[in-house]
Amino acid sequence: MVINEHPTGEGFTRREVLEIAAVGTGALIGGSLMAATDSPAVAQTAAGALAPIDVSLQVNGTEHRLSLDPRTTLLDALREHLQLTGSKKGCGLGQCGACTVLMDGMRVKSCLSLAALAEGREITTIEGLAQGEQLHPLQTAFIERDGFQCGYCTPGQIMSGVACIAEGHTGSPGEIREWMSGNLCRCGAYDHIVAAIQDAAAISSSTRGG
Amino acid sequence: MHPFALERPRDLSAALALGAQAGRNDAVAEYIAGGTDMVQLLQEYVRRPDRLVSLAGLLDDAIDVGPQGLRLGAAATMAKVAVHQDVVGQFPLISQALLNSASPQVRNVATMGGNVLQRTRCPYFRDVGYEACNKRAPSSGCAAMDGENRWHAVLGTSDSCIAVHPSDLAVALVALDAEVEISGAGGTRTVPLADLHRLPGATPHLETVLEPGEVIAAITVPAGAAGLRSHYLKVRDRASFEFAVVSAAVALDVADGRIRQARVALGGVATKPWRIPNVEQALSGMSLDSGEFRSAAALAADGAQSRGHNEFKIELMQRAIVRAVETAGARA
Repeated sequence: MVINEHPTGEGFTRREVLEIAAVGTGALIGGSLMAATDSPAVAQTAAGALAPIDVSLQVNGTEHRLSLDPRTTLLDALREHLQLTGSKKGCGLGQCGACTVLMDGMRVKSCLSLAALAEGREITTIEGLAQGEQLHPLQTAFIERDGFQCGYCTPGQIMSGVACIAEGHTGSPGEIREWMSGNLCRCGAYDHIVAAIQDAAAISSSTRGG
Repeated sequence: MHPFALERPRDLSAALALGAQAGRNDAVAEYIAGGTDMVQLLQEYVRRPDRLVSLAGLLDDAIDVGPQGLRLGAAATMAKVAVHQDVVGQFPLISQALLNSASPQVRNVATMGGNVLQRTRCPYFRDVGYEACNKRAPSSGCAAMDGENRWHAVLGTSDSCIAVHPSDLAVALVALDAEVEISGAGGTRTVPLADLHRLPGATPHLETVLEPGEVIAAITVPAGAAGLRSHYLKVRDRASFEFAVVSAAVALDVADGRIRQARVALGGVATKPWRIPNVEQALSGMSLDSGEFRSAAALAADGAQSRGHNEFKIELMQRAIVRAVETAGARA
């Protein structure tokens, strides 16, 4: 905490310097910071800001072992640590849906999840949707219906649309719009997105025999 | 985000022993469950806890209906509660409020406990670029009083704070006499949901009655609130994925075309989920086709105080009550 607030190493107060010294001493004497000091503030400084934590993520069928700052969101873990840059960062605050992924088959906003708390969950990103060279029907439908202009929101739209179809919320254009309301498109391609989801939903129900 | 230590306790008692506290910006430790609000607050530096204690997997997520009524485990998600057969069948007001909240992605993760403990959407609270926010920084002032306060409260306000409590769920629950089971290191206690949140008064930074090391374990709704004719009306600036400008939760016990008992609560206009007993009493005994609902709804304005841009809410909330009562009454 203290060190991160003064990244240049300048401007420490006397008390902060003493706390940092105490951390160092604790590590030296006890080998364990928690055991070496009674000060929660010092222990948290060491455990929180300085120590990365081990996180195991299951993404698109592959397990990844990462060492992450506890603050890392699932979205940043995917993009910055696993180089899965299909999921996009729009607002970073859960408002735009560009970061949508599936977690245990349910759509979630990966910018609102801490990566460490996604352990044990099966994550599916846009990269995990196609079967080899065979695009997912909704990916194909987005191309055929021209469901985008700039394309930035598209991975999130498609992941959300896949879930929308699986949930059965495609009975009408109005129902699709309501259940896709967590995904914004600043180009305004909504009509085409709704059409693409209708197309893919029709394929999905016909392959199920329904 | 401010650096924090992330604790992932093995069981609830270990989590409670860490003494985190909800709804206080000066708490050094906070709990995180679904995280859909907490991560926003962390990202924006509104919350800067030194320690974050995960409740993942530690709280009950069951949804049960029995002779005592409805019991929602604190970790039950908004999505699961919204479509649960017994909730839809017997407590449709709850389902309706949930389906009108947030987005599908958020509802898949956000929990019952977290929903009622979510923090206000007041833009001055959420933007640390504004120094004045008594809720975020005690005694720093209130930027909303003379600022853009179209979204702000007209009921339950004080000279220190006019921030709205943003939950739809809590409005429906308070109308149904819900109670909150609270677990702490010292045991379990139960408080009416109506008493969970504090009025801002001179201390808007103290939002709930939760003590350090206490968590919401479950929310219960008495069986007496089952099977009522109800409606949750949400008025908002866009058709979906938006917080309420005004909302009205109404549940009616109707016999022979006449209201025997009414339950009415308002959202979007008050500093906490806002039950209005005087409106309920006035509605009691009214015929569904009497056309007199407006006179009862007018009582909701008792004590209402505008700060300028939010003046329209005083009229709009009365109209919302009338519409919600009419819609609920027309249900079979």
